[in-house]
This record gives sequence, structure tokens and C-alpha cells, in this order.
Amino acid sequence: MKAVCWERTHRVAVEDVPDPSILNPRDAIVRITSTAICGSDLHLYNGFIPTMQAGDILGHEFMGEVVEVGTGVGNLQKGDRVIVPFPIACGRCFFCTHDLWSCCDNSNPNAALAEKVYGFSAAGLFGYSHMMGGYAGGQAQYARVPYADVGPFKVPDTLTDEQVLFLTDIFPTGYMAAENCDISGGETIAVWGCGPVGQFAIRSAFLLGAKQVIAIDTVPERLHMAAEGGAETLDSLQDEVFERLKEMTGGLGPDACIDAVGMEAHGANVDYWYDKAKTMTFMATDRASALRQAIHSCRKGGIVSVPGVYGGFVDKVPIGAAFNKGLTLRMGQTHVHKYLPRLLQHIEKGDIDPSFVVTHTVALDSAPEMYRTFRDKKDGCIKVVMKPH
Amino acid sequence: MAVATEQPIDPTLPASQPFGWHESEDINSQVNVGRIERWMSLIAGGALAAYAIKRRTPGSGMAALAAGELMYRGATGHCHLYQALGINHAAGHAFERGTGVIADRGSDTRRRLGGRRGIHVEESITINRPIAEVYRFWRNLENLPRFMRHLESVAQREEGISHWTAKGPAGTHVEWDARIINDVENKVIGWQSLDGSTVATAGSVNFSETAHGTAVRVHLQYNPPAGRLGSTIAWLLGEEPGLQIREDLRRFKALLETGEIPTTEGQASGRARSRR
Repeated sequence: MKAVCWERTHRVAVEDVPDPSILNPRDAIVRITSTAICGSDLHLYNGFIPTMQAGDILGHEFMGEVVEVGTGVGNLQKGDRVIVPFPIACGRCFFCTHDLWSCCDNSNPNAALAEKVYGFSAAGLFGYSHMMGGYAGGQAQYARVPYADVGPFKVPDTLTDEQVLFLTDIFPTGYMAAENCDISGGETIAVWGCGPVGQFAIRSAFLLGAKQVIAIDTVPERLHMAAEGGAETLDSLQDEVFERLKEMTGGLGPDACIDAVGMEAHGANVDYWYDKAKTMTFMATDRASALRQAIHSCRKGGIVSVPGVYGGFVDKVPIGAAFNKGLTLRMGQTHVHKYLPRLLQHIEKGDIDPSFVVTHTVALDSAPEMYRTFRDKKDGCIKVVMKPH
Repeated sequence: MAVATEQPIDPTLPASQPFGWHESEDINSQVNVGRIERWMSLIAGGALAAYAIKRRTPGSGMAALAAGELMYRGATGHCHLYQALGINHAAGHAFERGTGVIADRGSDTRRRLGGRRGIHVEESITINRPIAEVYRFWRNLENLPRFMRHLESVAQREEGISHWTAKGPAGTHVEWDARIINDVENKVIGWQSLDGSTVATAGSVNFSETAHGTAVRVHLQYNPPAGRLGSTIAWLLGEEPGLQIREDLRRFKALLETGEIPTTEGQASGRARSRR
């Protein structure tokens, strides 16, 4: 089959690789009809996530048709149309049974690696480095899906691939980011980063009852898409973000701040260049200007919610501001499984049509070019969907 | 609380065996050293400590350490080595709460394994399954090679005796016989190699219920003999025996919780073409 393989930093290639096969009783094989490039794939592309190996198959946002099931999978049949959550979860451990699916205790065969860095290992992920399990990803024609009796979620034929594909990651990720803000009605939420996750965070905040969402980015078409979603926008290259946020909230500051940027933040401030220098000299691993600004801007007693991916260490986190303002920090990989039924309902009821985020639909062969376009935010690129067949 | 067997599991135990098999009150009791032994430990430890403090020579550090262990043992009634074996010399004293079980003193493991020499490993894991199921799975020793990578097979012979085969380097094998010396249902299983075995080894596994499932605590001790066999034992447990046992326990947990062991071995990648 054809698959998008990580070769080295800044290089991916479409290669002919062996077809996947059932390795464990609870596995299934899915023939992939649509697969997306995620913003977090760019962290791999840019070499920010350790333990990648040449030849690793990328991709963790994919859906398709079940073509084979293991002997331990009773709830799926050949021909079922499913989306596949990006965290691999066993469904039986303490964490899965407490709706903490991305913290699954059993799905990472390389848990010892992750434990060295994080103390404990979270769930294995598709196509996201050996520390996260070393599982082959879904930017391919077929994929092996472990714990298929738990993960794959059947979707109705009445909805298109583009309407349900993002249930695998970015819609639940944006939704969980908003849910973590404890929205009960009438709040102001500020969102750093108007990439796909930011876009879904904005719309989810409104779905949950926020009165005002302020979106912060530097890319005009992303700010435009945020405005279409109902957000007021700030361009962090032109606006004094902190001052403007105060003005827009009666001097109070946002009730909650969402960092949908993560560890490769860009910025015009001195701290961006500080992080850049440190990461380039291997004295730090992640750049965190969005996180710093979110903590600094948040109102007293507010919440900072972090869906943006961090992998290692950051420097100069304003913990004093967080402490003295009594902030709550919430973060983590998304517990996708938890959100699927309610988010599918929102889609079916027409509350949201996730296909709004797609800007590019291409064949799998275009992956190398599309990784570059997406990374450089060229050609208005916000979300790339690839068709492997 | 489960009921322990009232009969010795090993029928070969001498009739004069001073301690019987007892129902346990509390698996978490830390007292596993007998009363007289505790006093002896305290006195010897105190004397050794006084000596170490007075001398203050380079060697006195070691003496102080040994003194510390002896005094700890005396004061707390807890011996780390006994714990490793799941042995309790305190049992039988009605006023003490013990884990309830003692093996025959004829094969005292202090001589067999020489204190804390050799490879000693202690690891814990919590399994989201009922304690009875976790205990039963382990008690069927033939299950152990399903998750312990260094074992090839364990065959249960007559009651309490089992034959263990481990993998050695380059297709070789190491074999020994072991006997269950301690078995309280849903609480503890302890075993040790028979006298005259090529490998001196002992181990125990303790089970306890927690808010998150069943906590399993494993102690393993191997005393590598001199020579080539010794290096084989060292080889099969690797440079970090603790890490290997930790991985074994992780597989044990996955097997019980999910029915399978997670793997990526044999999956597709672009390496077959680009590397070979």
C-alpha cells in the first residue's frame, strides 16, 4: 500500500510499504477513505518530537471502512464506516473506565520510554513517535487499529467524510479545550491560535454558552475564519494583545484563556526570540509565548486551558502570575472517546458542520508538498484532507 | 477476606516444624521477624553501631549500615530479605499480627541467598481486576512465561513443586526446581528453589485491594552462582533487572485487563524498503 513516511526533519515521502495485518485479537484493519494532516504533525515534521524513526508512517486523523476484524472484536463488521480516535485506548484500565481515555494505561508498548520523560506513560497514539507507542499512522491506504472493539466509532452514511472526519481529533480537541473553561453561560473566552483546533475551540465555546470569544493569531485568513465563527479578532503582530483584551472585557480580563498554539509559538515579542535561541541551542525544547501571554492576560481566578501540544520543557513560565491570580491550568491530550456521541449529535442536528475548516483536498501523493504548504501557511492553507484511494 | 489453607502445602515438612500455616489478620503487617530474633537483632545492631561510632574508620561506614539494618529489623520486626521471600518468622505468636506463614527452617534462605547479595528486585503494579482473579492467574505458575520474557516454561509437578526453564544466551537453557513455601489465597505466594538446584532463587508476590484495583508487589531474588552459569543468570535478567521485571508486570497487567499484550511487532513501515 501507499503510506506517508517520516524520513527525517523537514522530509516526508510517500512510499510503498507492506499492507497492515491483524497482530492482536482485538485489532481491525480499516481501508482509509479520508485522512488529514494535523497541526501536531507539523511538530513531527519540524523535528520537535523525539523518538521518530525514518520510515515511520504518519497520521492520526483518519476514517474509512472496516475490511478485517480480529477474533476479539464482536461489535464491528466488514463494511462498517468508522472514524478512528487518535488516542489508542484499551477501554478496560482504571483510566479508560474513568473517561480519561488519552491516559490509557495499556496501549503504549513503549511505556518505559515515556515514563523516563513524563514519570508515567499516557496512551499510545497513531503515528506519533516511538515514545507514544510507535504505532503506524493513518496517512496511508490501510491502517491497523488496536482495541477496535473500543475505539472505532460508527458514523451514518447520511454525513460526508468531511463532516465526520474531524471527530477523530480536532473537533473533540477544540471542544474539550472549551469544556475545560467551565463555561456556564455569558463568559468571555480568549483563544490563542486560529488553526483548526482554535477554530473548533471558538465554535465549541459558543456551543457551550460563551457570550464573547476573542481570537488571536497573525494569519489574516485564519482570523477571517475565526470571525466567521462569531469571534472578535486580534492580530498579535499589530495589536497590543494584553491591553486590547482588557479594553474588550471592561478591564477585567478574559474569564478563560485557551492556548491552541502549543510548543512552536511564533511571536514578535522578545520572549519569542529568547525561546528560539534556547531551543536552537538545545537549552529548552518548546517555545511557549502563547502560553505565557494566556497566563498573563487571564482574569483573576480564571482558567487557562491548553489543547496545544507541548512535548518537553519550557522556560520562564510566569508561574507567579498564575499563582497570585489563583488560576487553574487544564491541559492534556484529548479524551476523544468521551466526546464522540455528543459531538456526532451536534453534527447531525446541524449545530455545526465541521467541513468549514477544509481548505485543501488532495491525493495522498501530494503529502510532501502539502506538509510544506501547511507549515508555511501558504495558499490560505488551514486544513488538508487527503484521499488515499 | 479469603480463608487460607490450614494444611501445610508441602507434605515433606518435618513434624517438628515449629510454625504452622495460619490464617492472616492483616496482609499489610510489616512484622516478619520472630520475637527472639528481634531482640538479638537489636542487641547485635546496637553493639555494632556503638563500635562503628567509636572507631570512625573507613570500614565503620559498612558496619554502621549493617548495624542500621539489624536495629531496624529488631525495632520494626521487619526484615527486607524475609519480605523478599514472603517469609514470616513472626507468625505463630498470638500477640503479633503476621502474614501468617512460615516455611521450614531446614532450608533457611538466609544461608541460601546470603543476605542482600545477588540480584534483588522489588516492583509494584496496580491491576484493574478483582483480587481473586489476579491471585488465581499468578498461582497457576504455568501462566508466568506468558508475560515473563526471561522464562521459557514453568511446569507444575507434584503439589507445591514446579520445574522452571529460563532462556540463556545463544539458545541455551537454565533449569531449576522450586517449591511454593508460602501460599495464602488472595494475599501472598512465595517460592524458592530447592536445595541442590543449579540456581538459588526465591520470590514472592503480595496482593492487596486498593481503590484502583489490585496492587501486586513482587520481590525476586537470584543469587548467581560463580562461573558461566552465573553470567547466564546475569544475562537473562539484563543490566537492569528491575526494568525487566517492571516490563513483565506491565505485560501481566495488560493481559489481565485487556486480554492481550500491546505490540507493534510486525506492523507496516517504510523501513523494510529504505533500510534493507
